[in-house]
Amino acid sequence: MEAFKTHTGIVAPLDRANIDTDAIIPKQFLKRIKRSGYGQFLFYDWRFDKNEQENPDFLLNREPYRNATVLLTRDNFGCGSSREHAPWAIEDFGFRAVIAPSFADIFYNNCFKNGILPIQLPAEDVQQLFEKASVPGYQLTVNLEKNFIADGQGYEKSFEVDDYRRNMLLNGLDEISATIQYDAEITDFEKNHKIHYSL
Amino acid sequence: MGKTLYEKIWDRHVVVQQQAQPDIIYIDLHLIHEVTSPQAFDGLRLANRKVRRPDRTLATMDHSIPTTDRHLPFEDKIAEQQVEALRQNCKDFGIELFDLFSARQGIVHIIAPELGLTQPGQTIVCGDSHTATHGAFGTLAFGIGTSEVEHVLATQTLKQYKSKTMAINFNGKLPIGVTAKDLILALIGKYGHDFATGYVLEYRGEAIRNLTMEERMTICNMSIEIGARAGLIAPDATTFDYLKGKEYVPQGQEWEAVMEDWRLLQSDEDADFDRAVEFDCSEIEPQVTWGTNPGLVVGINSKVPGPAEVAEEKRQMVESALAYMDLEPGTAITDIAVNTVFIGSCTNGRIQDLREAAKVVAGYRVASGIRALVVPGSQSVKQQAEDEGLAEIFMDAGFEWREAGCSMCLGMNPDIAKPGDRVASTSNRNFEGRQGRDSKSHLVSPSMAAAAAIKGHFVDVRNWPIKVGEGV
Repeated sequence: MEAFKTHTGIVAPLDRANIDTDAIIPKQFLKRIKRSGYGQFLFYDWRFDKNEQENPDFLLNREPYRNATVLLTRDNFGCGSSREHAPWAIEDFGFRAVIAPSFADIFYNNCFKNGILPIQLPAEDVQQLFEKASVPGYQLTVNLEKNFIADGQGYEKSFEVDDYRRNMLLNGLDEISATIQYDAEITDFEKNHKIHYSL
Repeated sequence: MGKTLYEKIWDRHVVVQQQAQPDIIYIDLHLIHEVTSPQAFDGLRLANRKVRRPDRTLATMDHSIPTTDRHLPFEDKIAEQQVEALRQNCKDFGIELFDLFSARQGIVHIIAPELGLTQPGQTIVCGDSHTATHGAFGTLAFGIGTSEVEHVLATQTLKQYKSKTMAINFNGKLPIGVTAKDLILALIGKYGHDFATGYVLEYRGEAIRNLTMEERMTICNMSIEIGARAGLIAPDATTFDYLKGKEYVPQGQEWEAVMEDWRLLQSDEDADFDRAVEFDCSEIEPQVTWGTNPGLVVGINSKVPGPAEVAEEKRQMVESALAYMDLEPGTAITDIAVNTVFIGSCTNGRIQDLREAAKVVAGYRVASGIRALVVPGSQSVKQQAEDEGLAEIFMDAGFEWREAGCSMCLGMNPDIAKPGDRVASTSNRNFEGRQGRDSKSHLVSPSMAAAAAIKGHFVDVRNWPIKVGEGV
């Protein structure tokens, strides 16, 4: 996984609450067995019409948002299905950070496994950012080493993220390798832990 | 200070606890399916790792498979590759697979309980958000992403932060003709579909105690639809009666000992929940969703609400839901006509669901122009429904009778709703495009879906003239 330390990029303001993972990546693209290449299907039903033509009105089909790397959105982002294809698509499209007032649990957790930083900010801060990001090309710097976002024009805001996840992202750590260090503890646990069947 | 059921199960599974880190918790049963596992197996191969406990891992295929004749070749070659990948992965890593022709194949959350693999006090995970279904047994069960699927395959553990706890106290009795599906939809409708984000729920109260295991599974299944990580119901005599004699459940003396232990799986009287909600069941009507998330739901005798009737912060959501659903505020729910009916899914694809639907259907015909599907949740449910004569009732009425699978719940297999279709569906999500691009989903109980199939529009199934002597 790519480490995340600090990142600067164009903000795409997607002004909609409750964007579910079915909307982020529709079901027909979940049949692929690879982990990469999902960016082309991100927000598919909004980006493309029934004839697979680009919808020119959709934010990410307009300049400069095709090159946006910070997604700004509303409450309860990523609700619904647990599909990790959702963060895969977001990351593959080019986004490195998502800012919202709230995230669904599984999606939030999945982001950290894929080098994406989900930033939860109070609704009024998100509203303020939507106002700023109404200027096309508005950029934000996301600094995970010091836990703040800034626009280089005087706006700066700190955010919270728990230390464990922060450290994983900062160093691009693989959680499985870390857990395997406890192999002896797991084996010990299994000796005393009762499960009433074997498959 | 006492402990909640959630804390008790958690404590039994902590392998490593460290300062300022999530706990490493042990996973008793890992369920896998074709859609969210291939990339996890690829990850294992890349790192040259094995599956730590194939004997604690079970695979089936359910999401992307057709539910029509299994002997026909797949029309969808990409889906076929995915199914083939699961076969190969299970073979390479020594995992038991209930394949397409197995009598045990079915939706992952239907088969584990019916085999007795889901047992009180366990931890169960699956790369599927409806894993909370198993919580009906007092089992801590939740959905995970593919990275975590790989983590569990490699280590049989997960790194997890403990969630907050919330007690949902259902007070009063559920009125006659009102089902578990209506109860959970009404709860989500009252509080909103992100209300419980960050929490594990424990459903309690008289109404819950009176539910069968099938009904409890319907409740827990939809925990994610109110935002919760998991939902639990403490085991009781109903749970033990259901489990007794099931294939993977201990027998004889061991059964007695196991029950003793399971009886301990209750929240203590003085347990402290982070939050508690009181919910009155006595006034609930059969529910029908009208919008594009499960929280946008009303009783059958209500009208579609308008933006003016909701709080300002919800107005935009209501407006976009009405536009997508092509509904006018003030429309009576009973005036909404459907052209597609889907009975099935991990929410409502169990034998009791089919019995309830068949009771409504017996002696009637599906209204003209309606495509109606019954998709049993597992091959075992299918067999039982055929033995009980339910399949015949559905087919005589004009329903299609299918093989087991997720089917139209998520439209990633050939059972897709077409653009413009309006579906009465017993599944769990009515998101935009969920069942097929530009299709419109209305979530209901099995009996409500059955009645809509016969009438062509929603009706209050409590007034349904059941034709007796029709074989049910």
